[in-house]
Amino acid sequence: MEIKKGIAVSPGVAIARAMVIDSKDYRIPRRSILSSERTKEIGRVREAFDNAVAELTELEKDVAAGESQIKDIFAVHIRYLHDASFGKRITDFIENELVTAEYAVSTILREIASHFAGIDDEYISERAADIYDIERRLLTQLLGDVRRGVEHLTEEVVIVAHDLTPTQTAGFNKTFVRGFATEAGGRTSHTAIVARSLGIPAVVALEDVTASITSDSLVIIDGNRGVVIIDPDDDKMAEYEKFSRELTEFEVSLGSLRDKPAVTRDGEEIQLLGNIEFPDEAIMTKDKGGVGIGLYRTEFLYLYGGSEPTEQDHYEAYTEVAHHFEGQPVVIRTMDLGGDKLPYAGRQAPETNPVLGLRSIRYCLQHLSMFKTQLRAILRASVLGDIRVMFPLISNLQELRQAKMILRDVMEDLDEYAVPYNPNIKVGIMVETPSAALTASLLAADCDFFSIGTNDLIQYTLAVDRANEHVVTLYSAADPAIFVLMRSVIHDANKARIDLSVCGEVASEPEYIMLLLGMGVRTLSLAPPMIPEIKQIVRSVTIKECNHLARKVATMDSQRQIKNYLRDAATRILPEAF
Amino acid sequence: MAEPVHEIEVEIKNVEGLHMRPAMQFVDLAGKFDSDIHVSNEEQSVDAKSIMQMTMLAATCGTKLRIKAEGADAAEAISALQELVEVKMFDETPGK
Repeated sequence: MEIKKGIAVSPGVAIARAMVIDSKDYRIPRRSILSSERTKEIGRVREAFDNAVAELTELEKDVAAGESQIKDIFAVHIRYLHDASFGKRITDFIENELVTAEYAVSTILREIASHFAGIDDEYISERAADIYDIERRLLTQLLGDVRRGVEHLTEEVVIVAHDLTPTQTAGFNKTFVRGFATEAGGRTSHTAIVARSLGIPAVVALEDVTASITSDSLVIIDGNRGVVIIDPDDDKMAEYEKFSRELTEFEVSLGSLRDKPAVTRDGEEIQLLGNIEFPDEAIMTKDKGGVGIGLYRTEFLYLYGGSEPTEQDHYEAYTEVAHHFEGQPVVIRTMDLGGDKLPYAGRQAPETNPVLGLRSIRYCLQHLSMFKTQLRAILRASVLGDIRVMFPLISNLQELRQAKMILRDVMEDLDEYAVPYNPNIKVGIMVETPSAALTASLLAADCDFFSIGTNDLIQYTLAVDRANEHVVTLYSAADPAIFVLMRSVIHDANKARIDLSVCGEVASEPEYIMLLLGMGVRTLSLAPPMIPEIKQIVRSVTIKECNHLARKVATMDSQRQIKNYLRDAATRILPEAF
Repeated sequence: MAEPVHEIEVEIKNVEGLHMRPAMQFVDLAGKFDSDIHVSNEEQSVDAKSIMQMTMLAATCGTKLRIKAEGADAAEAISALQELVEVKMFDETPGK
């Protein structure tokens, strides 16, 4: 049994066999296999070799006749993969050391590469690069094999990885994935967001967790305490089976809240909406008592499948959600990715600072045909209900006006073909950059609603990378700077009489609810599984006490002080949640 | 009757040494012969038909290698490989 401590980012308990996803961008840890699995792992290596040769043969064919040097590179790599003594070195290593195919490939190729790198002759030492190239090609094959495995699961597993990317999670068979445990990430990392939206537990920032798992490890992920237990003993198993039962009972008791209104004890109605990533989560939002979708992330359309989504792909995804919420708001956020994340956009030069680079609305404004395809689909879907469109990462008024102008262009195109749409569709923005927050009064004059995206707003305001475990403690919604900024955005929205919601992670964190209500927020959009718990809090408080709490927070000068104060207040309201 | 054995010492003369592409030419040529062929430097002896082993010799310009062939076509193999290394110099630039 091994217990690892990390950061809890999505609640619940999962007990299942572990499935490890290695990454070719990080050191592959040594992981043992059973002697009965040797044949299977060796088979995987052989298959990876065959597929890599096939891939190289294709590449070699495509090289123009004049580029014989490039042709030679591929030819050399093919010779390597055909070299029996090379293949044997890898399979012998698996045979004798009982390790995974990934580890064997990575270890042997790195041994060879470091042999070259150590030779005191630049012509020879540079050849290490060829070996790394072969390593990556083989690992890509092996990891593709694992990815297909996760897409076609037939039993429940928990996923253990260095980190999870949107492309990976989009392909998971969600029926069988019960939890996540990763080495990287923080509370607002992609792993955390996906886990919360699926309602499965996740723990991140676990040091070397992928190295501790063997192929048949049973793993407990405790997303409440931030603990992962590998190969639990009988006592631990019994403890967690009991804990898991109690959690289920708590959830069942919250389930009875589903049809009760989200109204404070002094009669103020609070709108609770769902943040969703995939169309099928619309049903979960409804089941949990959500009265609309406050944030429909559309990135999955761009990440899944090998080509740019068509207008029809968009339209179908939007209508599926719209049908569940007739007469209730569905806020569709336009594409919020960097070009580097788009699998079919071709190779992009790496940006030195991608979070400040060409992404999200900026990317859309430079790739108009892609942007217009999405807007056309949103507009076509707008006749089906209260569909709204929201632009992410707006950092100045000019951008908002440009985006709206393109929306008008698309409307004119639709007019030309007499395609129906709602000409009064509500247009809003994510307020998630400090510049947007500081100029909220200007932006409010040009749009119908704001949604405060706290995740990015905190990252940009506090200058903290939320996925970097070394500085993650600096990242907090309880920072006085965030309080001041949010309060002014809310003030500006109210003054301009436009709708305002909060759709960042804080809206699903029980300890922040009273503060948000006290600051004047009346619409919260959050991960669907958290709706009942947040509704319970709303129903347990009065606006009067929330206002009092917000005034008190306004006098505080540190993250720590604010955090403790909020936690104490929330614990008094709903002790079971903590 | 024992198989004929032939040996020769050659010197790597192209400036970039026995890197990937020359190693490939060498291995491809060696592979055309039925004989067992081994190449050795002062430290080790490797299979002339394995690109991994040949490249790991890391023979730089000026290195002397011993080629040893054993089999019916050993003599032809030795002369063809000697020509590739010392006369054709792998179609590359000679060293100083």
